Amino acid sequence: MIEEKFAFGNSMIHGLSPAVRIVSAGVLSSCAALCDNLYMSGAYLGIALVLCCMAKLNWKDVLLRLKPVFWFLLMIWIVLPLTFDGEVLFKYGILEFTRPGIELCAKITVKSVSILLMFTALIATMSIASLGNGLHRIHVPDKMVFLLLMSYRYIAVIQEEYHRLLRAAKFRGFVPGTNLHSYKTFAYLAGMLFVRASLRARRVHNAMLCRGFHRKFYTLDLYQPNVLNTVFLTGTCLAGVALVLFERVWM
Amino acid sequence: MHISEGVLSAPVLVSGAVIAVAGCAIGLKKIDYDHIVHVAMLAAVFFVASLIHVNIGPSSAHLILNGIIGLLLGFAAFPAIFIALLLQAVFFQYGGLTVLGANVVIMALPAVMVHYLFLPLLGKSPRLSIAAGALSGAGAIFLSSLILSAALWLTEKNFFETCVLVMAANIPIMIIEGIVTGFCVTFLLKVYPEIIPGQKNGNTSDRKSRIEKGQKNEV
Repeated sequence: MIEEKFAFGNSMIHGLSPAVRIVSAGVLSSCAALCDNLYMSGAYLGIALVLCCMAKLNWKDVLLRLKPVFWFLLMIWIVLPLTFDGEVLFKYGILEFTRPGIELCAKITVKSVSILLMFTALIATMSIASLGNGLHRIHVPDKMVFLLLMSYRYIAVIQEEYHRLLRAAKFRGFVPGTNLHSYKTFAYLAGMLFVRASLRARRVHNAMLCRGFHRKFYTLDLYQPNVLNTVFLTGTCLAGVALVLFERVWM
Repeated sequence: MHISEGVLSAPVLVSGAVIAVAGCAIGLKKIDYDHIVHVAMLAAVFFVASLIHVNIGPSSAHLILNGIIGLLLGFAAFPAIFIALLLQAVFFQYGGLTVLGANVVIMALPAVMVHYLFLPLLGKSPRLSIAAGALSGAGAIFLSSLILSAALWLTEKNFFETCVLVMAANIPIMIIEGIVTGFCVTFLLKVYPEIIPGQKNGNTSDRKSRIEKGQKNEV
């Protein structure tokens, strides 16, 4: 169920160092989040699309990945134009669609899609191991990186554990429904997940100590210093700052 | 419970990020290397719990369980929830980078609050334990939706109706999380009390002696 569809590829973005990609994604998406103008946010959407092309992403997969966001956007397009105060753009019976509401919806749509595309192009294109490596390079505390790698390693195991427990319950004739018994079963199931996770944590910790673990993971991915990294980082930072300044001064 | 990208204003995003960083810093300081695997494992359970769907009438909702994560981890819930949300963003694209701080605060701050409010009540008596568990489950969701609404309202006063909708939509979730957390806590107290911080009959040797005692009584 959990797969990293974009993590391995052969494009310019995939060849960049993870730290550079994390920093560029941070800078560009912060600039896009600060943007308060519909036309300017179109510029960020353009950058995001260019990044997706540079990463040679499969557009169908990208659209599938954005599906939860589209549901959210659909919801706000239903709620906001009706609940916002302001100039009424058009009326349908008692329903009044206001101009500021629709403008805000459009702005949110463009901004959220562009920030998520930037995330997909720059962060989702690396494996979690590389993400940990990149976070370490930008001086995120070692414990945080450790937590990330360790939880990632065991998510699949715990998910398997959950499926096993659920299968066992179903074999005993459990049919989920809207009743206290079902909720109780799920509560015990979640409780059992906590118990097994905690016991496993103890075993894993002991096993790590036996193998001489001393608070550090070593990476096998070595990213050679590359002039492309510097160029890309400078380019994205300059583009972000330029767009923010442009919006502040001229808009 | 997530806020999507592009909704919140810059001051709200920045304050969310600052609170999240501060919470994570405190949390990381409280985790030592002997417990870090435990925290990572519980973060993984928190992630998997969001894939567990329970029925509500014709619809369904996924479990959140930030209440119980708070009870079990205290301030360490901040980094654990941060990691789970980051992984969710990478795998499923629920939110991106800039809103991550705000989403961490929405989930983790209530977790820490219920830890300090309800943990002392656990294990006193079976009834009190189930009530404290239920209150921490429902309370965590209530506080989460309150923080979410506050973030929306601070962004734009016109979001008020949306805030009311958000709170109303979360009422069934509160009830379900309350029930599930209540039962889950009593289950953990019975089966594996050492997972809950501050439980006296915690360590394994005690448990062994209790089991032996039980066997003797049966004989």
